[in-house]
Amino acid sequence: MTPSSLKKLALLPVLLLLSGCDWVVMNPSGDIAAQQRDLIILSTVLMLVIIVPVIILTLFFAWKYRQSNTAAKYDPEWHHSTKLEIVIWAAPLVIIMILGAVTWTSTHLLDPYRPLDRIAPGRSAEGVKPLKVQVVALDWKWMFIYPELGIATVNELAAPVDTPIDFDLTASSVMNSFYVPALAGQIYAMPGMRTKLHAVINKPGVYDGFSANYSGEGFSHMRFKFHGMNRADFDKWAADVRKSNDRLDGTRYLVLEKPSEKVPPQRFASVEAGLFDKAVNRCVEPGKMCQHDMMAIDKSGGLGMEGVYNVTTLEYDKRTRRGEGGIRSFIAALCAPKSAPAEAR
Amino acid sequence: MSPDLVKTIFGRLTWDAIPLHEPILIGTFGVVALGGITVLAALTYFKVWGYLWREWLTSVDHKKIGVMYIILAIIMLLRGFADALMMRAQQAIAFGDAAGYLPPHHYDQVFTAHGVIMIFFVAMPLITGLMNLVVPLQIGARDVAFPFLNNFSFWMTVGGAITVMLSLFVGEFARTGWLAYPPLSGLAYSPDVGVDYYIWSLQIAGVGTTLSGINLIVTIVKMRAPGMSLMKMPVFTWTSLCSNVLIVASFPILTAVLALLSSDRYLGTNFFTNDFGGNPMMYVNLIWIWGHPEVYILVLPAFGVFSEVVSTFSSKRLFGYSSMVYATVVITILSYLVWLHHFFTMGSGASVNSFFGITTMIISIPTGAKIFNWLFTMYRGRIRFEVPMLWTVGFMVTFVIGGMTGVLLAVPPADFVLHNSLFLIAHFHNVIIGGVVFGMFAGIVYWFPKAFGFKLDPFWGKLSFWFWQIGFFFAFMPLYVLGLMGVTRRVSHFEDHSLQIWFVISAFGAVLILFGIISFVMQMVVGFMKREQYADKTGDPWGGRTLEWSTSSPPPAYNFAFTPVIHEIDAWHDMKQRGYQRPTTGFIPIHMPKNTGAGVVLAGISVVVGFAMIWQIWWLAVISFVALVASAIIHTFNFKRDYYIPAEEVVRIEDARTEALRSLA
Amino acid sequence: MAHAQTLTEADEIRFHTTEEHHPENGTLLGFWIYLMSDCLIFAVLFACYAVLGRNYAAGPSGADLFDLPIVAVNTALLLFSSITYGFAMISAQAKKVKPTLAWLAVTGLLGLGFLSLELYEFNHLIHEGAGPQRSAFLSSFFVLVGTHGLHVTFGTIWLVTLMVQVAKRGLGVEMKRRLMCLSMFWHFLDVIWIGVFSFVYLLGVLK
Repeated sequence: MTPSSLKKLALLPVLLLLSGCDWVVMNPSGDIAAQQRDLIILSTVLMLVIIVPVIILTLFFAWKYRQSNTAAKYDPEWHHSTKLEIVIWAAPLVIIMILGAVTWTSTHLLDPYRPLDRIAPGRSAEGVKPLKVQVVALDWKWMFIYPELGIATVNELAAPVDTPIDFDLTASSVMNSFYVPALAGQIYAMPGMRTKLHAVINKPGVYDGFSANYSGEGFSHMRFKFHGMNRADFDKWAADVRKSNDRLDGTRYLVLEKPSEKVPPQRFASVEAGLFDKAVNRCVEPGKMCQHDMMAIDKSGGLGMEGVYNVTTLEYDKRTRRGEGGIRSFIAALCAPKSAPAEAR
Repeated sequence: MSPDLVKTIFGRLTWDAIPLHEPILIGTFGVVALGGITVLAALTYFKVWGYLWREWLTSVDHKKIGVMYIILAIIMLLRGFADALMMRAQQAIAFGDAAGYLPPHHYDQVFTAHGVIMIFFVAMPLITGLMNLVVPLQIGARDVAFPFLNNFSFWMTVGGAITVMLSLFVGEFARTGWLAYPPLSGLAYSPDVGVDYYIWSLQIAGVGTTLSGINLIVTIVKMRAPGMSLMKMPVFTWTSLCSNVLIVASFPILTAVLALLSSDRYLGTNFFTNDFGGNPMMYVNLIWIWGHPEVYILVLPAFGVFSEVVSTFSSKRLFGYSSMVYATVVITILSYLVWLHHFFTMGSGASVNSFFGITTMIISIPTGAKIFNWLFTMYRGRIRFEVPMLWTVGFMVTFVIGGMTGVLLAVPPADFVLHNSLFLIAHFHNVIIGGVVFGMFAGIVYWFPKAFGFKLDPFWGKLSFWFWQIGFFFAFMPLYVLGLMGVTRRVSHFEDHSLQIWFVISAFGAVLILFGIISFVMQMVVGFMKREQYADKTGDPWGGRTLEWSTSSPPPAYNFAFTPVIHEIDAWHDMKQRGYQRPTTGFIPIHMPKNTGAGVVLAGISVVVGFAMIWQIWWLAVISFVALVASAIIHTFNFKRDYYIPAEEVVRIEDARTEALRSLA
Repeated sequence: MAHAQTLTEADEIRFHTTEEHHPENGTLLGFWIYLMSDCLIFAVLFACYAVLGRNYAAGPSGADLFDLPIVAVNTALLLFSSITYGFAMISAQAKKVKPTLAWLAVTGLLGLGFLSLELYEFNHLIHEGAGPQRSAFLSSFFVLVGTHGLHVTFGTIWLVTLMVQVAKRGLGVEMKRRLMCLSMFWHFLDVIWIGVFSFVYLLGVLK
């Protein structure tokens, strides 16, 4: 291979970046993902300012100062130049200062926890009521609860276009990452924790969504379709969901939570109130203490020696979750109200 | 026998653990067994066991230990690369109705094993081996500071490698990804032996790595030849020093965090569980506090190699020595301030994310300065395109692309769309192959004549380079593309057929790299066969500049008959410039460390401890652990650890070299 | 390759030593670096305790569990053992084998006393139901204190080994170096314990 074809190969990713119009990350349909795409292009161009000359100079010097080219100047003791040294430290420094500033502002602007202030370039999000969606990553499927609509789905997500979507996420067992490339960047969904993501979809369509963090055996098929819909279509879709005979409650959740793969979309006409909170706090099992209660108790110093016996054993537990048999133990709920751990001491 | 008795004796180990029903594994086992038996039979037939044991396995000579590390790395590279080929093949065919030939149960083990093996048992032994081989020679020392410890470290690394290999044929390996994030790696979600194999192999090898790090730091700090101040050290020694500082300051964190995971799995504690107040995110933080410095542990010595190679083959002093040193030190320090960039998507908040994003970018400044320094070393040089120089130029072109995508990933909002995607995979292979692998290969070709007294075959060497370089672009550029198409890592089956072509291209690239590996081995085979023709009698085959080239190839056991005295950077170049005459008389006896089998024994017992713990054979674990402690204690009663090479022996060796040099002139 | 003008200079500058060059012994530096790496392991355990130390999982807290008098005795034992080790080193410097052995024996006994009390405490906690499985707080407590205890155990085994070696070989350079290493190890464990005592026990009870 000649140096020039090598150079072409070296530039390959750049060419691909510029020609990548049909790739979802480079051509998304949501405003957040679009801003993230713009950032990728801006950063790449900024860095190419350094990278391209380096690659060209490397190949040029390698060619020019080859041993057989005795015409080239040879200066074996030349090893220092203050001016050059300043340039070679300053040039990357300047680029990184610019990029650092861009990073600082864009990271704050595109913080997934920050509510949107625009739904598209030049269109304020003010006055548009966001759609709340609660997401639970189960083994190995996705559960979506629409608390305001009182409906829920599995492996099917829909949202009206140009409406901010306000995701709350958690997982039932292990770490997953919620990612719809066309919509916005990903965010981890983790057991016992609540993460947030704000996004908006601008074009109607059907998009791929999946887990972007390996979560075990069924991970490859932990996929769902995300439907961006016009407001009317979305209302119709929600009405369709309500026609389902299914109800999502704690018992159903515990069945769904068990490992399964390639689960077809499911719809639930109604949802038990507070189910997501229970999922986050890992207390969907009846009799199990919710984590926020536990934390409140811990904050006031635990339950003392009596707390030692507060461990109830139950089938399907800490020891062997995806295997067979085994016994899992957890903290039993107290009969005391949530906010009254003080007297429990 | 009653089931209880069987369980007491064998723990979790049953016949089911032997994968008799897996044709791929049986085939592999057949090949490995056949190969192993052939090698063993050959060793027995040629009666080399005694020689091997005396001269190699028990050797405390840093040069031989270095060579053994590199041999281990090359063997494990074959295993790790076989895993890579299997993944590429699976992803190239598993679309739609075609399930491919690897079900998730296997595929998940393969990618986990690939990562673990490539980092811990290929890259680490390569850099440790090269540092062992070269550093004492570069600083004019007779050996490392603790020669026995060095042998022990090596065998512990081998012990870890053996443990990983055992998982192929007895039980299975982890299905968690190479960093084994809990809760997935916890008992609840990975109850079988896979994660235990992972933990114990890394713990056993980790002991070796940490001790070897301490050893090399002390060697560099205490054993430099007179006159070699820190700012006169060769750059490779500098990067080795920084790399070993990083090893000592980060591997204990890995040890601790894996110990906590074991505690969760063996004792039922709740560090990283979902319930009882455990916190899995802590594991992710801690393991990356080790994991990010690890990246620089690997790449810094490679930078050192490039510095030596580019200056030698440009026949010119390295441009900007001191800025090179400062850049290395800055990278060393900064590498501890960036770990969170591995999980921006955990939701840490914008200020935390941008802090870690910006510190990550700052690392690219000293790295960039290094690249420029190499560039200006070539400027006004007389560049000889021998194989090590090819690897170096290939590195400079390839690595900057990986550096660029790395900085891109350091921008948190960009990372949100690229994290965990194949773009990320392409990025880190870009820097690890383009940086570490190219660097180590350059180093091996460069120092091979020093270790063995003959050069490698340049034809196969060049072929190897071009196969790797082109194969790399074919294998990983498609992954960049796939990442931009929103394809995530660790997926064993796809629905979207439009992706397939990219995976096929990538698989093709992997095959090219396979040819690169074959050619790499071939350059050694052919080099060996033509060793008379390629022999290096001068000890300085490339016109080198640092001290290792002042002694014979291969160097005598004592490296230097008289310890050199250093006046300048590039000490050997300086000596040549000033008409240095090699001393031919006045030799004196030389104090040297003695070989010992203790390292082999201790590491062997450690593997038994690990195996017993993995399969929960408690009686064996207890007995072997006691035996381990006892053997260590017994070893401390051995006070006869050194001897003198008599002056006559030194005279004989040095006279032979004088004769050889005279015949050249 | 030599330049004409540098030839004369070369005669004056030596490029090699003519005697055997003895680099400084690096054992103490090496051991010190090892201790720092060990210190990092403890740093991780302390960090875990800092993060998890209040996650009682609705169980008992440090205030409910810790028996400060026992811990105070324990601390005293370990601190005294450091002092007695110091005396052993003074005797070793003076090349007095018997006093050295005697002080080492006292140190070892104090160490064993420390370990016995710690085992008693662990045993008591586990019997009360507050074992390492009960909560993340207890996990981090047991593992932090237990790792320190394991270090003391190995230190004691090492101490006995060195006593045998001193008895057999006297107090040459080599044995003094070994005693020095163990000395650093032993004092290091003391420092760690002071951290455990104040950070885990005192703060745990105070709150």
